[in-house]
Amino acid sequence: MILFTKKPAAFVSALVLGVILALSSVPARAESAEEKGLRIALEGEARDQGFGNYTADQTMTLRNKRGQESERHLKISVLENEADGDMSLIVFKRPRDVKGTAMLTHSHKAGDDDQWLFLPALKRVKRISSSNKAGSFMGSEFAYEDMTRQEVEKYTYRWLRDEPCGELTCWVTERMPVDRNSGYTRQVSWVDQAEYRVWKVAYYDRKNAHLKTLTVPSYQQYLGKHWRADEMRMVNHLTGKSTRLVWQNYNFGGDLDARDFTKVSLKRAR
Amino acid sequence: MRPRRAGAILVAGLIILLAAPAGAETIFQEVSGRFTLEGRYFPQSSIQDGQREQSLSLVAEPEAYLENAAGNGLVLKPFLRFDSADPRRGHWDMREAYGLFFGEFEDSEWELRLGIDKVFWGTVESRHLVNVINQTDLVENPNQEERLGQPMAHATWLNDYGAFELFALPYFRERSFPGRAGRLRTALQIDAEQATYESAAEQHHLDLAARYSHSIGALDFGLAWFDGTNRDPALSLGLDRQGAPALLPRYEQMRQFSLDAQITTGAWLIKFEFYWRDGERDATALEEDYLALVGGFEYTWYGLMGGATDLGLLMELLYDGRGERATVIFEEDVFLAVRLALNDAASTDILFGILQDIDKPTRSLFIEANRRLGENISLGVEGTGFLDVDRNDSQFSLRKDSFLQLDLTYHY
Repeated sequence: MILFTKKPAAFVSALVLGVILALSSVPARAESAEEKGLRIALEGEARDQGFGNYTADQTMTLRNKRGQESERHLKISVLENEADGDMSLIVFKRPRDVKGTAMLTHSHKAGDDDQWLFLPALKRVKRISSSNKAGSFMGSEFAYEDMTRQEVEKYTYRWLRDEPCGELTCWVTERMPVDRNSGYTRQVSWVDQAEYRVWKVAYYDRKNAHLKTLTVPSYQQYLGKHWRADEMRMVNHLTGKSTRLVWQNYNFGGDLDARDFTKVSLKRAR
Repeated sequence: MRPRRAGAILVAGLIILLAAPAGAETIFQEVSGRFTLEGRYFPQSSIQDGQREQSLSLVAEPEAYLENAAGNGLVLKPFLRFDSADPRRGHWDMREAYGLFFGEFEDSEWELRLGIDKVFWGTVESRHLVNVINQTDLVENPNQEERLGQPMAHATWLNDYGAFELFALPYFRERSFPGRAGRLRTALQIDAEQATYESAAEQHHLDLAARYSHSIGALDFGLAWFDGTNRDPALSLGLDRQGAPALLPRYEQMRQFSLDAQITTGAWLIKFEFYWRDGERDATALEEDYLALVGGFEYTWYGLMGGATDLGLLMELLYDGRGERATVIFEEDVFLAVRLALNDAASTDILFGILQDIDKPTRSLFIEANRRLGENISLGVEGTGFLDVDRNDSQFSLRKDSFLQLDLTYHY
């Protein structure tokens, strides 16, 4: 659903993965930077495979240039769906005027995601366009495309270099969005070689200017396998605005299935 | 009043039903809601005696939600308005009071809602054509967007082939109309107390509805059938209790088949609604079956000029097969609107548009804008302008009722 919840695509089966890994271990043939970038992304996804589902509470603190802050509270549920793309449900809690509004997303590996919005005042479910990838999510520095599933297939990759990051060593990899509606030309990410966690991402806009930087101060591991950020900080270098996204109350392995991510269940989301 | 007592019994019954199973004590409860202070200003002086140029209203709409360990819920959402100008606009309603039960059966999902609830069908913006379950709360807003709570049993069955819904509607809600002192009303007062019904069961006629809806790729659609009391009354000339001329509402039996659909592709939303109705009287009091449709699109330019603002363009065509004999103003109209979403921290948005009759000069302009002023407070502006209203238009009595409305809402 969100950044860094990697898991492999269905059609990138273990077989394909095996072939890629086998090729990369053939000493006679050097792996290209593109192949290495893709391999890191696929492995990162593979390591998070099998999380099933989770729910979590998000608190977003938006800060403008003058230091004024406002908060958004959300509840998110995510269901892993290897066949096509994950499903997610976001329920808005605050600000109070949007309380009860809920957004259902069925992500797809190829093409636009399906997205519906529930408006509680009219009790109306409205199918909305998901092509607004570059748009701001609730006025924050996170764009819609930063908040939805980052399927491996939605980018092309290039490994740049290895670099120390804190006590760890990171791969520095560049990825280019396939979708023309993306607000970015490229994203440069720092992924540690120990656990494939993303610690930093630099976002470059359509004019290739350094637009935003994301940093992740800390991670926690759930179910002894799945790493999730406790907090994410996004700074916009062009506007001076920033957003802090804090994740709390992660709950993995709940009783959720595809029936909890339908237009009918959207109407009773709380 | 009988229906209110029935409502109280229903709510008490639902509480018992939810609380009864051993160990199913309430595990989650939440109270939220809003207070709205609303001022309306009518720049033109009124046509009718006793009408005022301004009004001030206070609205309270609290909501309580209880959930038990099984996930079943109880919702209570009363609505109350005090109005300085029109005692008829001041009213209360139980918008929602229902028990919610749901579960899974093999590969399908079921849901049951018992009590008073609100249901929305449709896709277009200019008019809610196929949305037939709830009665319009007309005193709230002439745009007919506000609805009265409807007692119902609503069952849903959802599987891979779509959602199948059945509605049993045991009690009919009469439309609310502005009072003598209210603006935005018919020239002759509507005497709602003399409402008559085609059915001998009157308000207790059991109305039935069924709906099938599904999403296939870019297409979302719903097919529906309704058989019951027409929410839209036929108005006929009569006398009120003082012997003065008045309009008397009559609620007839009606059958409606409808389709609503939307195709969502890229930044385009293509929308269509259609119904065929049988059993409704036209403006000449003749019963005829007819069809009505609304179709159009919404296109959005995201991130206008490299900024955060989105600009949406909406266009819809409205058609009523009865033409000049239509009882609504939408017999052949074009709707054009612009939606601006600033996507700022205050979530500022503005909708501005026009509804133009195709073969008459009648047009109405409207604006709706909203902005958040803080964590709990939001500000809204709304306005409607009735321009060049044709003498033969059912909207003729509203020709001096253009208004501007400002509302301040505290959410909790």
